[in-house]
Amino acid sequence: MSVLVYTESEDGSFKKIAHEAVSYAKGIADAMGTSVTAVSVNGGDASELGKYGASKVLEVSNDKLNNFNAEAYADVLAQAANAEGAKVVVLTSSANSKFMAPLVAVNLEAGYVPNVTELPSSTSPFTVKHSVFTNKAFSNTEINTEIKVLGLGKNAYGIKENETSATTEAFSPSLSEDDFSTEVVSVDKATDKVTIADAEIVVSAGRGMKGPENWGMIEELAETLGAATACSKPVSDMGWRPHSEHVGQTGKPVASNLYIAIGISGAIQHLAGINASKTKVVINNDPEAPFFKAADYGIVGDAFEIVPQLVEKLKEFKAQNN
Amino acid sequence: MKILVCISHVPDTTSKINFTEGDTKFDTSGVQFVINPNDEFGLTRAMWFKEKQGATVHVVNVGGAETEPTLRKALAIGADEAIRVNTPATDGYSVAKQLANVVKEGGYDLVIGGRESIDYNGGMVPGMVAKMIDANFVNTCISLEIEGDSATAIREIDGGKETISTKLPLVVGGQKGLVEESDLRIPNMRGIMQARSKPLHVKEPIDANAETNTKAFEKPAPKGAVKLVDNVDELIDLLHNEAKVI
Repeated sequence: MSVLVYTESEDGSFKKIAHEAVSYAKGIADAMGTSVTAVSVNGGDASELGKYGASKVLEVSNDKLNNFNAEAYADVLAQAANAEGAKVVVLTSSANSKFMAPLVAVNLEAGYVPNVTELPSSTSPFTVKHSVFTNKAFSNTEINTEIKVLGLGKNAYGIKENETSATTEAFSPSLSEDDFSTEVVSVDKATDKVTIADAEIVVSAGRGMKGPENWGMIEELAETLGAATACSKPVSDMGWRPHSEHVGQTGKPVASNLYIAIGISGAIQHLAGINASKTKVVINNDPEAPFFKAADYGIVGDAFEIVPQLVEKLKEFKAQNN
Repeated sequence: MKILVCISHVPDTTSKINFTEGDTKFDTSGVQFVINPNDEFGLTRAMWFKEKQGATVHVVNVGGAETEPTLRKALAIGADEAIRVNTPATDGYSVAKQLANVVKEGGYDLVIGGRESIDYNGGMVPGMVAKMIDANFVNTCISLEIEGDSATAIREIDGGKETISTKLPLVVGGQKGLVEESDLRIPNMRGIMQARSKPLHVKEPIDANAETNTKAFEKPAPKGAVKLVDNVDELIDLLHNEAKVI
């Protein structure tokens, strides 16, 4: 049996979500009296995963898997689950995880629950809580199949250290032509910027910024905080910022530790996308902006005065605290 | 080319989310239902294939009779025919099973769904359908071109995008980008009149058991009031010492 966990890596090192996924898998394994087996595809230093509770790491090394391919990766995971007799397979909420999870589930005839927010409240019957209605509610859902596939919600569990000595084992899945009938032709990715998906802090701005020429201070604030930049829907619709920065119901979801909204009124569709963020700060000159009702901290005032002050004071703060 | 667009019937984004029957059912009273936004981007892209490449477009929903106005809206936007599989949508897996059966029987080349529905956010139905019918699959698709049986798709990834080349039959989990917000169509009177006489087939379901079931819904704990501060020093102090996020 064992709990199988997919550990995502990038450029040869494990992503933070991989550490979080292993931590979560360890929590389930403890509840079920079993151990954690991680699957790493052309990944980082496997021993690192022991720190978060993996007892065994199946290392797949295959040049054909250098580009993510959902069908092939799903096959790798399903074969590993079968080899390990895994009863639970843990993935995350990354774009790649969400792409492959339904394929893994069908492959293993397993029930799949995404956006999981906590450890299962019971492992028999297997009941787990997950967010629904774009974070406006939760569902406690029972999975009836023998094998269960879970997608851990972003930033939902946190990274927990649990020193375990991990053994590593080479794993060679059998892959066929059919696994590669979709082919990645090119990848276009900014490597120097923090992405919204990975960011712990997101700095987001809206129409209150009056025009794209005023984004310099937003980028400076983001840089000071090591944050990703994001924007509201009207801003991306008007072409002030790229679509990839649009957060909200039809844009990207944000589940960061800190979300700073500048000059965004807080339409319900925007709030739906950022609900899962832990601490929300609003800077807006309109005290009636609906966003203040959803925020933890707020400053009523002119962004053009406040943001530069904030940048300056944060730089001082960082200098003292580092 | 035969295209099937899968339509979820979902509460409008501004709906109040409440539950009934001991928190086991979504409370639909006073709720306005719409075409799932992610599906609507796909439907609008399908209209482009119809108008420019002569594709036939069918729409499908798995659900009770109450979802028919949503299908009629899709017909008014321009779909040729609609299918309703007459069974409640209990979980992603059982819905995917019904849809896979519709795809097999209808011989569709391209199936477009949304990357997720805005109600249950499962994001699993398109992928499951693809696996069940052994078709290629592209998720979070933001651009799609078809030439003969070749498809070129752009997929959004974390921090960027990638271009994918593949073949039909293909299932796509679509989202904004397939078309822009400004391309979405509001049905005109002629479309609405025509939609009344377009076929809406009611199809009886096949056997498909749910793999998951909701025991109880709950709502997040109410949030405390916002703390308004006067200056940035105070804000930095709170973020550091109280929220502990910087």
